[in-house]
Amino acid sequence: MIQVIFKRLLMLVPVLIGITLIGFLLLQVMPGDAAERAMGTRASAEELADMRRLWGLDLPIWQQYLLFLRDCLTGSFGVSIFHKKAVIALVGERLPFTLAIVALSTLIALVIALPFASLAAMRRDRPADHVIRQAFVVLIAMPPFWLSYVLILWLSLTLGWFPTGGVGQGLAENLHRLFLPSLVVGLSTAALIQQTLRAALIDTMKADYVDTARAKGLRRHEIFLRHILPNSLISTISIIGVRVSWIIGGTVVVEKIFSVPGLGSLLIDAIVSRDLPVIRGLTVFFAIMVVIVNLITDILYALADPRVRLE
Amino acid sequence: MSLLSIRNLQTEFRGPAGIARAVDGVSFDVNPGEIFGIVGESGCGKSATCRSILRLFAGATARIVGGEVILDGSGDLAAMREADLARVRGRDVAFIFQDPLTALNPTMRIGKQVAEIIRRHRQVSRSAARAAALELLRDVHIPSPERRLDAYPHELSGGLRQRVVIAMALALAPRLIIADEPTTALDVTVQDQILRLLKERRDRNGTSIIFITHDLGVVSQVCDRMAVMYAGRVVETGTVRDVLDRPSHPYTRALLDALPGQGGRDRDLVPIEGSPPGLIAPPPGCRFAPRCPFAGPACTQGMAPPLHPRPGATADHLDACILTEVPHAPA
Repeated sequence: MIQVIFKRLLMLVPVLIGITLIGFLLLQVMPGDAAERAMGTRASAEELADMRRLWGLDLPIWQQYLLFLRDCLTGSFGVSIFHKKAVIALVGERLPFTLAIVALSTLIALVIALPFASLAAMRRDRPADHVIRQAFVVLIAMPPFWLSYVLILWLSLTLGWFPTGGVGQGLAENLHRLFLPSLVVGLSTAALIQQTLRAALIDTMKADYVDTARAKGLRRHEIFLRHILPNSLISTISIIGVRVSWIIGGTVVVEKIFSVPGLGSLLIDAIVSRDLPVIRGLTVFFAIMVVIVNLITDILYALADPRVRLE
Repeated sequence: MSLLSIRNLQTEFRGPAGIARAVDGVSFDVNPGEIFGIVGESGCGKSATCRSILRLFAGATARIVGGEVILDGSGDLAAMREADLARVRGRDVAFIFQDPLTALNPTMRIGKQVAEIIRRHRQVSRSAARAAALELLRDVHIPSPERRLDAYPHELSGGLRQRVVIAMALALAPRLIIADEPTTALDVTVQDQILRLLKERRDRNGTSIIFITHDLGVVSQVCDRMAVMYAGRVVETGTVRDVLDRPSHPYTRALLDALPGQGGRDRDLVPIEGSPPGLIAPPPGCRFAPRCPFAGPACTQGMAPPLHPRPGATADHLDACILTEVPHAPA
């Protein structure tokens, strides 16, 4: 097991070299000058040249790339032009909020999706199934920014249950503050899981071993909870994995609306201010996260299904 | 007094093409301590009949639309509420499925799957159920059963898995075991062991067994009485000796003629021409008539003929052919 994990992490190396290369080259193509953005429009040509020299922007591209590789290897991932801080430090400040949204939204999604998927599968092709399906289609179709504002208007401003945004001190307060953004992310995750799980449940219900369970005389709920549900949940593990990889960097809109200083908004801010080291550093960091999440997904898969062996 | 008495059972399966009456007026009795064989080709309704007994229809939308399934002491299973039938399943009547590779939950340990049926029907502790499961695995001659308790199904061979399935079926010493082609998916040597295991159980505990198969050799080897099914109906029934040695229905004869090496005779095999009729709109009269070499005009008219005894034959040897004299197959 440990060996397999180690091997998988080793496989990261070629992936990361590719990512750094592509990420670096794409940024060279991006219009806009980092020095100009940092100094403002009133900076003199001399000041701009100083700025470029200071940040190594005047070096040949291959040297800039090697410097970037060095920063990746030393673990700083470069220094932000805008924040004047190591990229890894910026990530460290923001990662907890992003991870909190990942965890909270996935939890919310499971709590919503599980009962509705079960109900839909048990009442397959009957009115309840159709109503649930339509409701979740509507849910998927609702744009996150719109849903965010509706929830703010309703749950924050009208009912006053949640703050409209921002983060605070301590775990409890932050979980309270991050609930609404997590709910927005979680609702669309729920729709995704509900569809997958419903299909998996219906599939599992036809399995021979479910008939075996019935032949043993087990009651309906025993058959469902012990045999149908556990075997069906296995196939949703990979869906959740893909979704978590996406949430880590993809919740910009929600982060912006709820003023959550997460990784998504860090990336957008960096792009707007042409903070090249941050963009590059985040690209590599996201790639690492995707690989790690995939690895965790595979480990969970192997733990859940004894037929699957980690390779 | 028979243990199980099926009377005029009718079961319908709803599919995209329409409603198929897979079981259409089936009647037979199973006596205590008897191994009763049901034979017929694929799709003849032998499996559907047996699944109807416990209403185990997997994902299919099937429904018993008529008839009775009287289990001695329990009443009519066909009219029973699902919750009441669940108490009969596994305890009074157990089921062994065809494919041991898919009949076990792939993510649950063997011991837990066997213990589960015990804990469902008896108030015993987890450890007592586990001990009982170990005893059951030993009963069905699984080598080093202690080790198998914590194994997952995929770690066992097909033969061992079928033994586990049988162990579950035997767990509560049911009065009746329904075995739906339990050896079809296994190779021949393992087949023989499984058959012996079932027979051993009957001899020791007097358990009745309904044995579904398409293998007439297996029937003559293990069964006491039998029924031959064709297109959703029983066409001939009686003791194995009567039916196999003195078959009176043309279909039974055709089945035997299509069998290699029957009785050691050296002769050409005779295939049955054509294929069985569809069950959504079966033909009028005898369902075998379109393929029957002896069919006359009367055979294709009216209702499907009922089972009846023949003069001079044993009283419980019945067949459903309206011809008074069925000539032997033309050589």
